Amino acid sequence: MMENFEPVIVAFCCHYCAYTAADMAGSQRLPYPANVKIIRVPCSGKVDALHIVKAFEKGADGVYVAGCLEGDCHFKSGNTRAGRRVAYVKKYLEEIGIESERLEMVTMSAGMGYRFAQTATEITEKIRKLGPSPIKTALAL
Amino acid sequence: MITAERKPLEELIEYIKPFKRILLLGCNECVTVCAAGGRKEVGLLASGLQMAMLKSGSNIDIRQHTLERQCDPEYVEELVPMLDGAEAIMSMACGCGVQQLAMRFKDKPVFPAVNTKFMGASERQGVWAERCQGCGNCMLGMTGGICPIARCAKQLMNGPCGGSTGGHCEISEDVDCAWQLIWDRLKALGQTDRYLENMPAKDWRPGGGSGPRKIIREDLAE
Repeated sequence: MMENFEPVIVAFCCHYCAYTAADMAGSQRLPYPANVKIIRVPCSGKVDALHIVKAFEKGADGVYVAGCLEGDCHFKSGNTRAGRRVAYVKKYLEEIGIESERLEMVTMSAGMGYRFAQTATEITEKIRKLGPSPIKTALAL
Repeated sequence: MITAERKPLEELIEYIKPFKRILLLGCNECVTVCAAGGRKEVGLLASGLQMAMLKSGSNIDIRQHTLERQCDPEYVEELVPMLDGAEAIMSMACGCGVQQLAMRFKDKPVFPAVNTKFMGASERQGVWAERCQGCGNCMLGMTGGICPIARCAKQLMNGPCGGSTGGHCEISEDVDCAWQLIWDRLKALGQTDRYLENMPAKDWRPGGGSGPRKIIREDLAE
């Protein structure tokens, strides 16, 4: 079962930077794993703790929130709030019994297509090594 | 408002372990404001509990609902059609709400999901500090709007004490000396003579000293 394990990763990407970077990766034909499912949000600060927790509840193996670079948030401080929320949820995940490494906050600018592809690849590999989420395993039983 | 903080997850899991279906109830007032037990926190807790229980191999059905308030029987009554086979209730409201539920639903175990803390106000987003201890005889008019009961560690009537240092209480650098604050405020208001008026020892009877308190309004109570 471990050999066929393909992680499901949910990436909440802000419209102005991360999603545009993903688009850029596409136009530059930079490959990144299909395991990453992108959800476009107007700002990384729109992502609520509940969105992240629900993603894990539905069996996601990994989640990341991708926002603008420090200081460059289109909405001023949405990315800082997102960072704080991600840190808070990481602690909650540990309480629940899910490895907090499954959740991450990343930042990038709209032109960084390579960074989007690189992050997507790195995170997919990290989650692949961690294995299926304990929730996914429990749901399968 | 009344502030509260969610109990550790492992404690809550111990409460709900024996049951197959529970009702998780939030409150739309104080605990919503301090982000401890509102609709969003109910969603978060239900999800977390569900996952934790799933991990340990047990399946539990957690129904979610948020009442406007849990401290009024009229609102609690709204729950009757929603009970639907729930074996227990877990409330994210303050202690007042939890007790009101327990009183109405005598045949169901009721558990608190939060630890009720203090009556306080927001200092800034995400930070709440104790402001009132319900002493029953408010003297804020005499102390420039700063409460020496809630904000002075010794609840002095005529402070400060010798421990006041650099505007802070001797118990911690993070705690302001209430009487320093009072003096500064009275000075700003030009009411420093109020400081010279000696305040007598407090009668604690209206403050809970003579047992659980009750208010009966004759014009309102039937």
